[in-house]
Amino acid sequence: MTISLEAKNLSRQFGPNFAVKDVTFNLKRGEVLGFLGPNGAGKSTTMRMLTGNLAPTDGSVKIGPFDIIEEPKKAKSLIGYLPEVRPLYKELTVDEFLTIAARFHNVASKNIKSSVDNAKQRCGLTHMSKRLIENLSNGYQQRVGIAQAIIHNPEIVILDEPTVGLDPIQIREIRKLIKEIGKNHSVILSTHILPEVEMVCDRVQIINQGSLVFHGSIEDLKQQRIGNKLQVGLSKAPSMKELSSIEYIVKVEKMENNLFRFYFKKTVDAEKLATLCAKNKWGLFHIAPDVTSLEDIFAQLTMLGN
Amino acid sequence: MIFNIVRKELKSIFASPMGWIILALLMFGFGTQYLSGMDNYFQVMSGAIRPAERVGVTIFVGGQIYGNAAFLMSFAIPILTMKLISEERRGMTLPFLFSAPISITEIVVGKFLGLLIFLSILVIYIFIMLATMNIWADIDFGYLLANSFGLILLISSFVALGTFFSSLTSQPIISAVLSFIALIALMMAGRYYASAPDHWFNHISLLRHYQSFSKGIIESADIVYFLLFTLTFLLLTIRRLDSDRLRG
Repeated sequence: MTISLEAKNLSRQFGPNFAVKDVTFNLKRGEVLGFLGPNGAGKSTTMRMLTGNLAPTDGSVKIGPFDIIEEPKKAKSLIGYLPEVRPLYKELTVDEFLTIAARFHNVASKNIKSSVDNAKQRCGLTHMSKRLIENLSNGYQQRVGIAQAIIHNPEIVILDEPTVGLDPIQIREIRKLIKEIGKNHSVILSTHILPEVEMVCDRVQIINQGSLVFHGSIEDLKQQRIGNKLQVGLSKAPSMKELSSIEYIVKVEKMENNLFRFYFKKTVDAEKLATLCAKNKWGLFHIAPDVTSLEDIFAQLTMLGN
Repeated sequence: MIFNIVRKELKSIFASPMGWIILALLMFGFGTQYLSGMDNYFQVMSGAIRPAERVGVTIFVGGQIYGNAAFLMSFAIPILTMKLISEERRGMTLPFLFSAPISITEIVVGKFLGLLIFLSILVIYIFIMLATMNIWADIDFGYLLANSFGLILLISSFVALGTFFSSLTSQPIISAVLSFIALIALMMAGRYYASAPDHWFNHISLLRHYQSFSKGIIESADIVYFLLFTLTFLLLTIRRLDSDRLRG
């Protein structure tokens, strides 16, 4: 597969502090890459460097065949970018704003109308054409933001936290839209919401304190999250000693409300455990994969890094 | 590409009431001066008996209007330039320009030209207004052209300076006040050393260089002064925006 974006040893220093340190990754054509990290991890800084809004202290970014520092115009024409704070001229109407965006991205003047219509249609904005951006709801403004990023049909779309501050229904719609964009473009999406990445992305990258601590496919991440433990509820539980003496269990933790966390030696075998519980009449009322929270994964990954 | 920025600037000036209000107010101001100038001309000239006291109607009315235009512009232009970059900074819309395939130089020059074209409407308006006197009098078109040219140069210096101050801060009001103070100071610079007319300080006065145009004289030294002034502030603006990208 061809590589549409390549970041090499990217670093950015603000004063003595590194906001981003030695980040290397690439993006294949037609791939949705999730950029995950807590607030202040360096996601936005990285994206600003990828789009030529911020000069890196060290390292290089290549968009397709073009270096963003050496041939900024050619490189930038391949990118559509929606920053964290959406850059909208609120005194203009949706049509006016998108027309300006199309012109700025060198869309030929005979194609401007069709590409504006196309972007509006893809983002569900057609019935808002003549409205002032100022008067649109938060969710619709975000759609305008996404529409300006895809108006010139760029190879790479970079979206910085596109679902922040939206209500659950809007979030669902925006995610659907991003998935749909991902069919024709390479997408980089930053977020601090783990389920979002699982829903939308093909590959994920976790950044913490400026450094990449994980990158791999969504499957790898799920493996990391679920791991080898089960959450089990037993109403008539035996002593802890008896529980932890089960041969394929490494460790048992007691939690609130008669819930227990079972750590398996190798792979999780829920069936075996359920049969055992039933046989001994321990009052099994709940059995579920024990999903690690995002914080736990961060803790795990940063610990591994050290 | 510059052309697209120019179009965008003109669009946003005309999309907000500010542009229209300033245009209307200034036109009202010039129109009023034109009327009172004509009135005064007949009063003054009917009292002027010696030939030395008599001046042509072009210089009498035009001189007044072009002289006041410099002051009116120093009020109006900071209000217009504060939008150029400050407002983009405050609205966080600069990334929209920076991530498009447009260089910073094109952005700055485009914004500058956009506002300059907008203000040229006024220069053309004044010219047409004064030219209507030709219906009943024989007016001096050379004088009008020299003054219009001088006014354009003056306006472009004002706009360049305003653009620079606009790039310094994300508070539009602060940028307007700063550029207003700077403009007034530069206009008045000639007054500080009034006793020594050739002191170097007098030569940086914007008004002094504008004055030779208002006599109908086009002098290359004045043209160079205005062009250098404009160029300097545009370059400073470009540098300032570039350092945003470098320093973050």
